[in-house]
Amino acid sequence: MVPEARLRDAKKTLDEHVREIVRWHFDAETGTPFWLDFAKKLDFDPRKDVRAFEDLRKFPLFEDEWLRGGPVRRWVPRAFRERPIFVFETGGTTGIPKSRVAIDDFRIDYELFSETLPDECFPKGSNWLMLGPSGPRRLRLAVEHLAQFRGGICFCVDLDPRWVIKLIERGWTEHLEAYKNHVIDQAVTVLRAGHDIKCLFATPKLLEALALRLEEQGTTLRKAGIQGIFSGGTEFTPQWTRFAVEELLDGVYITPTYGNTLMGLAASKPVTPDDGYKITYYAPQPRAVIEVVDADGGQNVVGYGETGRVRLTTLTKEFFVPGFLERDEGEREPPHETYPWDGVSGVRPFRKLKSSTTVGVY
Amino acid sequence: MMRIPVLRWGEAYESLETDPVVHFETGEKLAEVSLANGGLIQRDMRKAQRARDLLREHSPYELLDKIKKAAKLYMEATLPLGDGTQTPDEFVRYQSATTGLPEHMCRANMEKNHFVLTHMDEVLDALTRGLDLEILSAGHGLEKRGVPLSYQAQTPVLGLVLPSNSPGVHTLWLPVIPLQIGLVFKPGPQEPWTPYRMTEAFFQAGIPREAISIYPGLGDIGAAVLASCPRSLIFGGTPTVERYRNDPRVQPHGPGFSKILIGDDVVDEWEKYFDVMVDSILVNSGRSCISCSGIWASRNTEEIADALARRLGPITPLPPDDPESALAAFTVPGVAEAISGEIDQHLSEPGAEEVTVRHRGDSTDRLVKRERCDYLRPTIIHCESGQKWLANKEYMFPFASVVRCPQEQMIDAIGSTLVGTAITEDDGFRRRLLDAVNIDRLNLGPVPTIRLNWLQPHEGNIIDFLFRNRAYQEA
Repeated sequence: MVPEARLRDAKKTLDEHVREIVRWHFDAETGTPFWLDFAKKLDFDPRKDVRAFEDLRKFPLFEDEWLRGGPVRRWVPRAFRERPIFVFETGGTTGIPKSRVAIDDFRIDYELFSETLPDECFPKGSNWLMLGPSGPRRLRLAVEHLAQFRGGICFCVDLDPRWVIKLIERGWTEHLEAYKNHVIDQAVTVLRAGHDIKCLFATPKLLEALALRLEEQGTTLRKAGIQGIFSGGTEFTPQWTRFAVEELLDGVYITPTYGNTLMGLAASKPVTPDDGYKITYYAPQPRAVIEVVDADGGQNVVGYGETGRVRLTTLTKEFFVPGFLERDEGEREPPHETYPWDGVSGVRPFRKLKSSTTVGVY
Repeated sequence: MMRIPVLRWGEAYESLETDPVVHFETGEKLAEVSLANGGLIQRDMRKAQRARDLLREHSPYELLDKIKKAAKLYMEATLPLGDGTQTPDEFVRYQSATTGLPEHMCRANMEKNHFVLTHMDEVLDALTRGLDLEILSAGHGLEKRGVPLSYQAQTPVLGLVLPSNSPGVHTLWLPVIPLQIGLVFKPGPQEPWTPYRMTEAFFQAGIPREAISIYPGLGDIGAAVLASCPRSLIFGGTPTVERYRNDPRVQPHGPGFSKILIGDDVVDEWEKYFDVMVDSILVNSGRSCISCSGIWASRNTEEIADALARRLGPITPLPPDDPESALAAFTVPGVAEAISGEIDQHLSEPGAEEVTVRHRGDSTDRLVKRERCDYLRPTIIHCESGQKWLANKEYMFPFASVVRCPQEQMIDAIGSTLVGTAITEDDGFRRRLLDAVNIDRLNLGPVPTIRLNWLQPHEGNIIDFLFRNRAYQEA
């Protein structure tokens, strides 16, 4: 049980942060054009009437359509308009993508995440291999920054998830296999090129393919020098994690993560066999908050252990997203010693959207 | 409720992910099946050669003896299943409860499997055209007439991506073990019963456990089996067949579009062949690829359709344990409704008419919805020509189109046909039927499409698929 005082402190910190961020985005000097315009339609004044996290319920649910199409500068807070702006896109689906602007958030998110990594598995100063999508996604820059922040250099191998989705949908399994092999060929080449790589980021599917390829070649990730793996990008299941730990990774430490372009990076509490390899994620509060809410209305938090849809709130000076319903569902988990706020376990595609979503592509 | 594990080369593996198998009428959870993950299969397949090596420690004829012992066990014994056991009666009840097939049909399928197992030596003799199985085992040898032969196995194991809806397909893989080739199953989610029971019967009869793996799971598991095994059979719809049509590693089995063709010389005596038509449409609830989905003739088609509709139209769903039950339930929500909707949509086309609607009695509805399952009542369509959309469709229930088509156009118009029963004495027509490459299995005369001869290859000869006939010389 997490002491009551720690829970209270975390809540106080969150409420103060909410007030600061809402004031910032709705202030004529610093605010975001989209939100300043949006405020004209509201029957409350966000700067005065949002005093605590719960007050964010006054906003209607955030519609992901608002992030599709331009002008993208309406999302740049006035205070940052002279700063160099990045734009990142989400996911692997085609059509007009959801975009978010960023300045430093991706660096801050990964610096915070860095604190959750054990140094003995991710030695400071060691080099990294990043195996996953780059292109318009923030992942490559973020993982590269993580490596640099920890004193290392990052080698990158790209994978285009939108092309992978097309291959899957068209049933071009041979091409899919060839593309996967092309990606893994590059990863193996980099790993064997004497770059002293000790840390790895890979999506679960690419990690599996890489480990199986190394095994085919009579070696393992550990023998190739890898000591720590940070994995994410697609769904993690306890069974896959168990398989990875028991059979695939030859003892290398792995930490599952959950995140996307809109949120920071949710770390998991330690995953152990005693707990049935249950994976529970905790958002990087107060910069982002994850709630598990009722699947129909999306407004009410479900009870602990109950299933609901993941609802995300992003609260940074660069980006404010109140109540965004994710394409995932999971079970609400109680606070953890390290993370004294709610978590979510069993994250998987939201069942009502599942039929229209191609998942697990990278 | 029993827990059924993944079987990795004979070793039980309880996954952290499970799938419930439920009774389609009561919703009772009958079993919880462990689900494999794709990487696990890829990893295990590194040991595929060991399956063949261990099987080769027994001669094909020893394996045939074991197969016959397994036949008896499969039919009569209480066999282990997961953390419990299963009697033959329980097997029938469970299979019926999850696939929707009436119990007497499950029992008939069981007998079919038993027949193939007990006659395996004859089946293999027919499939190999009399080859000494030791030649397949050794890779080379002399035929009876002194000709040197060499056959090379193309895979140490056969992958099987099995369906949920038709337990009859299992006869296709039964000859594989005596050929000293291992088995890798991905069972259908509603029909794990046959692979597990047959495998356990094999083990009890002395087949090495390391020769067989069973990986329940979702679509990614099927893909992993196909990717990992050099030879696989897959069962699915037309898109599945099209996808793998040109892949030498995969033998796809899809809809059969099986038909009865009535020649101009006998079509005025069609009533003589009425029972053949009824059986071909109705047996096994029309669920087999060899079930008839089309009756083609140049005239009298309205009369034939009306007679079939009078006979089949009144058939209604009965409880699965009723020996008169003729209809299988659709246990996957929405499937029956979608099929019925598709048929209705295409009945708006002029020249296509549902005839059964006149003969269903009080309720004319094709779709019968129950709390946890649906049924589709027999449906006979009359089509004025082979061009109509419904003229060449196949569904998993007693459905057939009676199509008016001139005899000279018939062979081209019927398209791909797994079983073609042609009733005619016309020598010219018979000759053209024998030459027709779009008909796989040809029955000349009034043979129901549903009647199989196990001494004939079925939809691709498994020997040709698993072995390559090649040149071999020894100094």
